[in-house]
Amino acid sequence: MAAPLTLLLLVAVTVRAALFRSSLSELISERVEVVSPLTAWKRVIEGLALLDLGVSPYSGDVFHETPLTIYLFHFLVDYAEVTFMLADVITAVALYMAVKDYNKQVFRKQKFALEADRYPLDCLELIRSPKEMYYIPLKVAMFYLLNPFTILSCVAKSTCGLNNAIIALFILSTIKGNVLLSAIFLSLATYQSIYPLTLCAPALLYLMQRQYIPVNFRRASFWWFIVQYAFMYLGSLFVIICLSFFLLGSWDYLPSVYGFILSVPDLTPNIGLFWYFFAEMFEHFRLFFLCVFQINVFFYTIPLSIKLKEHPVFLIFMQLAVISIFKSYPTVGDISLYMAFLPVWSHLHRFLRNIFLVSCVLLACSALFPVLWHLWIYAGSANSNFYYAITLLFNVAQILLVSDYFYAFLRREHHLTYGLYLKRKDGSEATLVLK
Amino acid sequence: SLEELVIRPLHSGDIYTSFQFRTLWETDFTRENKVSHYRLFPKSLGQVISKFSVRELHISFTQGYWRTMQWGQPYLPSPPGAELWVWFQDSLTDVDGTWKELTNVLSGIFCASLNFIDSTNTVQPSASFKPLGIGNVTDHQIVCTENLTPWKKLLPCGSKAGLAVLLKSEKLFHSSFHSQAVHIRPVCKDDQCKTTSWELRQTLNVVFDLHNSGQGKNEWSLFKMFSRTLTEACPVASSSKIYIDITDNSQGEQFELSPATPLLSQAVVLGDRRTFSVYDLTQQITFGTICNVLKLPVTYSAHAGDMLRPLLHAERYVAGYGLQTGEIHTLMYNNHPYRSFPVLLLDSVPWYLRLYIHTLTVTSKGKDNKPSYIHYQPSKDRVRPHLLEMLVQLPPNSVTEVTLQFERALLKWTEYTPDPNHGFYVGSSVISSLVPSIVAMDTNNSRERPLFSSFFPSKEESSYFVRVYTEPLLVNLPTPDFSMPYNVICLTCTVVAVGYGSLYNLLTRSFQIEEPSPGLAKRIANIIRKMRGVPPL
Repeated sequence: MAAPLTLLLLVAVTVRAALFRSSLSELISERVEVVSPLTAWKRVIEGLALLDLGVSPYSGDVFHETPLTIYLFHFLVDYAEVTFMLADVITAVALYMAVKDYNKQVFRKQKFALEADRYPLDCLELIRSPKEMYYIPLKVAMFYLLNPFTILSCVAKSTCGLNNAIIALFILSTIKGNVLLSAIFLSLATYQSIYPLTLCAPALLYLMQRQYIPVNFRRASFWWFIVQYAFMYLGSLFVIICLSFFLLGSWDYLPSVYGFILSVPDLTPNIGLFWYFFAEMFEHFRLFFLCVFQINVFFYTIPLSIKLKEHPVFLIFMQLAVISIFKSYPTVGDISLYMAFLPVWSHLHRFLRNIFLVSCVLLACSALFPVLWHLWIYAGSANSNFYYAITLLFNVAQILLVSDYFYAFLRREHHLTYGLYLKRKDGSEATLVLK
Repeated sequence: SLEELVIRPLHSGDIYTSFQFRTLWETDFTRENKVSHYRLFPKSLGQVISKFSVRELHISFTQGYWRTMQWGQPYLPSPPGAELWVWFQDSLTDVDGTWKELTNVLSGIFCASLNFIDSTNTVQPSASFKPLGIGNVTDHQIVCTENLTPWKKLLPCGSKAGLAVLLKSEKLFHSSFHSQAVHIRPVCKDDQCKTTSWELRQTLNVVFDLHNSGQGKNEWSLFKMFSRTLTEACPVASSSKIYIDITDNSQGEQFELSPATPLLSQAVVLGDRRTFSVYDLTQQITFGTICNVLKLPVTYSAHAGDMLRPLLHAERYVAGYGLQTGEIHTLMYNNHPYRSFPVLLLDSVPWYLRLYIHTLTVTSKGKDNKPSYIHYQPSKDRVRPHLLEMLVQLPPNSVTEVTLQFERALLKWTEYTPDPNHGFYVGSSVISSLVPSIVAMDTNNSRERPLFSSFFPSKEESSYFVRVYTEPLLVNLPTPDFSMPYNVICLTCTVVAVGYGSLYNLLTRSFQIEEPSPGLAKRIANIIRKMRGVPPL
């Protein structure tokens, strides 16, 4: 499998290099769908220029990257293109290896369940075979590297690519079962943007499952493991934050980075829900709705963890999707990360209900975003409502996609427990509803 | 006190009139005693100085833009709109609070809406304005009669006697350029500067348009310009003079003055030696004959080429298209044939135009010209504006172009002005420089000189201080739809609710086989059977 992967990597790097050299790269790096005030490359350059002028980059309101990013690009600013291509390659390879390992475990669990006769007889067609699962890791890498969203994000040199790489490495280390590395990468991801904190729960569930620790509140081993993980996580977070302090000698970056993410002062349009909402918010309610929207991102962690405690990898997928949709400054780079997981659930296709509608809406919205932006900003013949409407539609489509996959997953689990062809009391074919 | 009126016919055919009133106040604040003996100094301003520990104060209200290329340099430059520069005493600790109180008090004194000055449009430059002070420029204040009346009240004679009699608002505001200013500063009484006294200068600069007010005729008189005549001199004024600039009229070919006056005076103003005809109002004989008619021939404007080109001149404009990004271009012209000199450029840009300092380019004659000193303070959203100060060396006989890219921010709907599509004003940039002078400047400050030539004291003979203000810019920002706040809140919350609802359903409900519900008759029968205690159908 190494050869197809290498070929894929070469193709991806070629496409990106070609676009870097073309005149489109300037255009793409200005698009608001691809870059946000948090991730724009122009602002990284501005921060480095301010540093050269002797002014702290955090004294103004233009630069919102973390100090470690400044440190990284201080040395790598001339090799920025290579850095971002490398980040994409690392993400793809990490996801490839993670999904391969995960497939092995899925298959092993399935084998034990089959031998223990836990599946009803008529749902054997839902059982997955190694043959169908063979190409899934390659498809995952392909979905990530050749996704137009990812390519746009890389060519724009948006630092979202670096964030995705860190999250992918976190997923790889979690699935491989390495507790320390998982904690370190998670703290790095949280340090970059606060929202990956919610990935703590699936990581804990997966690692406990792997180490055969029962997920039970009354067991001491459960709490002991949580304490260990939390210690490693908080310790590495503390080390990283102190390093950032010593880099520039001040705590200015805390309000500039984290205060900015949480309080959303910059209302530059993007594909998310926050900008227009807070542009039109009554001053009196601003703080209230800000808290509501920020809590909304973290709110689904506990209920989802309870429902999906046997399936932590699906939980990671759900959490990544929730973060990408509801975070304060989303970009298409965030979307491409959770979309890379879709081939892993390709066996659910028979239970998906809205997939055609959702894919049509997503394609249409992706095409309409630049059109309506141009009409608003350059032609002056549309106004902000048009762009806002497409934002709403795009987010509704993403929500439908995620909830559709969740429905299909739960339904398959139900069938695996109760059988595929269900009959009603009078013997006719049954319909399943959620009650 | 002193009062002066300078009338200068400009090459474009307009008339530039400049009133200057000076009042000195001998008092010493450093002794901390309550001062109540104001004499001619206006009490309101005296109280302002003592209460707010002000060391220097300059406030100007201007309507119109000074066209340097057509009119030459003004005696006292001022930017369009209102500008307030204050230097506080070193003993002052709470600068921000005092600044706010001071702007409120001044807006009361001058009936101007200076209370809109707050931290979002106030800057503290490090070099351009010495000594270090706090400054602010707000734009697009329409200067109107409410501003003139309180200004007139500060004069020692009010508007009853002396030159102030000519200040009638209808004629003054019907002009191409109108600027009134108040400057308060301490001055030395003698060469050793052992004691200081407070000087209050009030200046009023007006440029009358030939075609607008001349009614086609080519005769000007004081009555035609101001629709008032001088009646008597101000009794408390120690000197009251009218100066007419006759440098271009040495042989009397351009215009003639009537009544003619034998009094002539020469002064070096703005690097140029000018000759003036002087009318002294303190002498009784002038009043009898002062109809003061200037006859201008029709072909006056054809000789405009002889005008001395201003050595330093600046322009500014916004480039780019669309509402996302833009570029500010500042052009500085050095018209000196062989000397280059450094200029200090001060730019204060509001926070909603996010400047990118890494895109700053300075080019002269097509080549890169790196500034020797850059002080940049980036803006903080909704707190303070950008401040950029640069020292640029202008090569002789060249144009220097400074470009800077910016991004336009989307503001909250309450932060827009009532007419948001008009755009937002960006204050003028200030270009200060010591320009080499062709004529030796007079550095002897204690000698009696006309007021208009002595505002910026010259430290050396070969250069004089020039401050040029560029045009203000009008920039459009993208606007949200102002009629939509409730709709937007509802729609966005609907989308969040769609997400919440789908996930809630999937999390709290489980799959069950749907049994078809029996018909209405059967359901009623089942209820009756349940009441009877019999098993249902």
